[in-house]
Amino acid sequence: MIELFKGTTPIRFMKYSKPATWLSAFLIIASIATLSINRINWGLDFTGGTLIEVGFDQPAVLPDVRETLEQASFEGAVVQHFGSSHEVLIRIAPREGVKGVVIGQEVLAALQSADYGNVDMRRIEFVGPNVGAELAEDGGLAIIIALICIMIYVSARFEWRLAAGAVMALAHDIIITLGVFSLFQLEFDLTVLAALLAVVGYSLNDTIVVFDRIRENFRLMSTSTPDQVVDHSITQTLNRTMITSGTTIFVLVSLFVVGGALIHGFSTALLIGIFVGTYSSIYVASATAVKLGVNRLHMIPEVIEKEGADQDALM
Amino acid sequence: MLNKYPMWKYLLLGAIVLISLLYAAPNLYGEDPAIQISATRGATVELATLDKVETLLSEANISPKSTVLENGQILVRLTSSEDQLIAREVIGEELGDGFVSALNLAPATPDWLEAIGGAPLKLGLDLRGGVHFLMEVDMDEAVAKAQEQMVQDFRAELREQKIRFRGIRKANTETGIILRFTSQEVLDKAVDYLKPINPGYLFDDAQDNSEFVLTVAMSDEKLKATKEDALQQNLGILRNRVNELGVAEPLVQRQGADRIVVELPGVQDTARAKEILGATATLEFHPVDSETDINDALVGRLPSSSIVYKERDGRPHVIKKSIILTGNHIVDAQSSLDEYGRAQVNISLDSQGGSKMSRFTKDNIGKPMATLFIEYLPTGKKKANGKTEIEKREEIANVATIQAQLGRSFRITGLDNAAEAHNLALLLRAGALIAPIQIVEERTIGPSLGKQNIDNGIKAMVYGLLAVVLFMFFYYRKFGAIANTALIFNIVMIVGLMSMIPGATLTLPGIAGIVLTVGMAVDANVLIFERIREEIKAGKSIQRAINEGYSNAFSTIADANITTLITAIILFAVGTGPIKGFAVTLMIGIATSMFTSIFGTRAIVNAIWGGRNDIKKLSI
Repeated sequence: MIELFKGTTPIRFMKYSKPATWLSAFLIIASIATLSINRINWGLDFTGGTLIEVGFDQPAVLPDVRETLEQASFEGAVVQHFGSSHEVLIRIAPREGVKGVVIGQEVLAALQSADYGNVDMRRIEFVGPNVGAELAEDGGLAIIIALICIMIYVSARFEWRLAAGAVMALAHDIIITLGVFSLFQLEFDLTVLAALLAVVGYSLNDTIVVFDRIRENFRLMSTSTPDQVVDHSITQTLNRTMITSGTTIFVLVSLFVVGGALIHGFSTALLIGIFVGTYSSIYVASATAVKLGVNRLHMIPEVIEKEGADQDALM
Repeated sequence: MLNKYPMWKYLLLGAIVLISLLYAAPNLYGEDPAIQISATRGATVELATLDKVETLLSEANISPKSTVLENGQILVRLTSSEDQLIAREVIGEELGDGFVSALNLAPATPDWLEAIGGAPLKLGLDLRGGVHFLMEVDMDEAVAKAQEQMVQDFRAELREQKIRFRGIRKANTETGIILRFTSQEVLDKAVDYLKPINPGYLFDDAQDNSEFVLTVAMSDEKLKATKEDALQQNLGILRNRVNELGVAEPLVQRQGADRIVVELPGVQDTARAKEILGATATLEFHPVDSETDINDALVGRLPSSSIVYKERDGRPHVIKKSIILTGNHIVDAQSSLDEYGRAQVNISLDSQGGSKMSRFTKDNIGKPMATLFIEYLPTGKKKANGKTEIEKREEIANVATIQAQLGRSFRITGLDNAAEAHNLALLLRAGALIAPIQIVEERTIGPSLGKQNIDNGIKAMVYGLLAVVLFMFFYYRKFGAIANTALIFNIVMIVGLMSMIPGATLTLPGIAGIVLTVGMAVDANVLIFERIREEIKAGKSIQRAINEGYSNAFSTIADANITTLITAIILFAVGTGPIKGFAVTLMIGIATSMFTSIFGTRAIVNAIWGGRNDIKKLSI
């Protein structure tokens, strides 16, 4: 039998809860700082504007492409490689009085008439500024609604102290993931937003597995302190936490490496989120619950029978 | 006995496995290059058309895989894409106006699978290339026009009744008008007359200095109906135009209160698509010149006041250049059936149009009147000054005999069939476009990128799956192998379900969702297996350990999955396009992974180890 952790003696996680709190606090403050200084590099989905992705036969020289565009009076266009040196991504901000809809075709025509050989249109996206603002609004709303719904569900299933811990952990994960995106100025588009919500789902998954064990152990270990119960629970679930994080990281690395440039933002956000989420389900979620004074008595009055325990095994 | 499943559970599992495999199977057959021929206005695709297509193909030495006439469309399946291009050229040239042929890829699903409703996954635009437009109907304009209409109508109605008013103007509220009267009695008289014939408006009077002011405003329902009409009308016009583009499987769908999504798979030339979608159209009623002989007219012998236009089927008519009425007076046009079941179109005009029509028809009873449809279509060429060249295309939509003096509402009867009536109504409405639309979002994906996205997605899935499967096998041995079986079947089930659900499309984020599911689906098995290990360590018997491993892990798995489901549902509710695709695969993935990793693995575990007392050590 291969085992990552033997799990015979509980690892004393809560002993380090203080430094961990400081670490989390530091990361969150740093994230908020970079978010307010560097902001987020919003993608086209949210800012509006025009984006053109073209494929060249030869590796494209970016300064040349920029010059071609300037000659065609597209000053201020952001030109960068996308995925490989043969592909170029051009972004043009929305402009007053110019119909964004026609810009894409004009840029393409300018490049095709210049001396680059065959220029292949890969994609053109135009998003009106109002649509972008709406998408951003809906996205923010989605995350807030998700957090509220989860808070309600976890409160109903567990106990408010645990629910508060879970939501703290989620907010922690989202803020830090956003912070990393802001620090490295990674582009934040709709797929990243989807990934962020997937991070919420994943991180919660982790937290709930630990909480389930904490609840169970509070009832079994009647003489232990909350710290001991939590340590014991985390140790017991540590193998599972590591394995699931591991398999998820496998597939995400695979997505990142071969999934193509379009999905980079998505896999990056999830990779960051899973590292942070695994850590936070131990130190933020559980530690917050302990700090809020969760103890054995909170688990007893609510006669929480395991769902399905009273029934014949279905599976 | 512990860990034994009754027979019915195995039968159930077997049935689900079989159904999933069946519905996932169409994805293995690939697609045939095909040509889809459909009729535009007026024309219909008949058996004769099918015969003609077949003759044309055999003349061009192309032997199609099959030709079918279905739902008023002909689908020609071909063996190669070279044949497809030649065939389209031949058919496009020879079949003539009225028919549109589009290149298409038809799924090569075998008949027996199709018979049970099997179809391959529908791919989103990001995977197969094409254009996505999001258009917004200018509702301010729609309301402004309705307000303009109110001023005209109320003025005419009061004048008709000889109720004197001092003035009428649009109110600043943008949804109403203000009428001024000299006395309260006149105002009351006006209200008494106007109120019953104008439902949907709110009347409010007040005294201002020496004037008596009546404010009429659209009720909320009326306002909503006005906006809804504007949207529906644009939707109808866009559908018609999209059909004319000859795109296979286009999508025209409303989104929210004032937006329309148009998706054109396979279209690369967005400029042309946009121009056609944004073309303007007007409508005019003209008297028919019955004195000039049509044959004379065709060779140019006709008075300067007349002109020859053709009907859609090519029949020429001589009509007078003078206009009875232009289309912007048309308020509404609806097709219906008369008491004898014949198709007709009911037209309502605004008051000004009504009086024009009534003046003209009074003296022309028994004479024919032509409806001329004028479209301004871009030719796709540019003029010297860089502007797009626009072609004016006139076409007679209908010629009808005036039976009586007509007023604000009248009908055109004697139409051949309901389809023709419907088309005419649509054209008439198009002549009175309530509100303009504009493109607020556009996404074009080239075909090479679409293909590359699929390849990348599948590659990522295969590598990810391989890594997970190897790890699970090394870590959990036989139990790992069982979990892997469940995992692979989980993917089959997701594909099968997504193929089965109409409207579920696979997008690139959707593929990412499936890949993510692969990574997370083993979580349930990890939870169960770790629990079994613990129970064994705690000294329980093998059978009890398996049983309790499964039952103790269950509530944890359920809790964890329900919360993920909550986030997926929220994503689905607020997301659009590709994000919805991600949410759908995530939701389906959660459901199927619960099933396969709990019920599926337990069935295998029970079949191998269940009820045996001779097991010393579990391969876990």
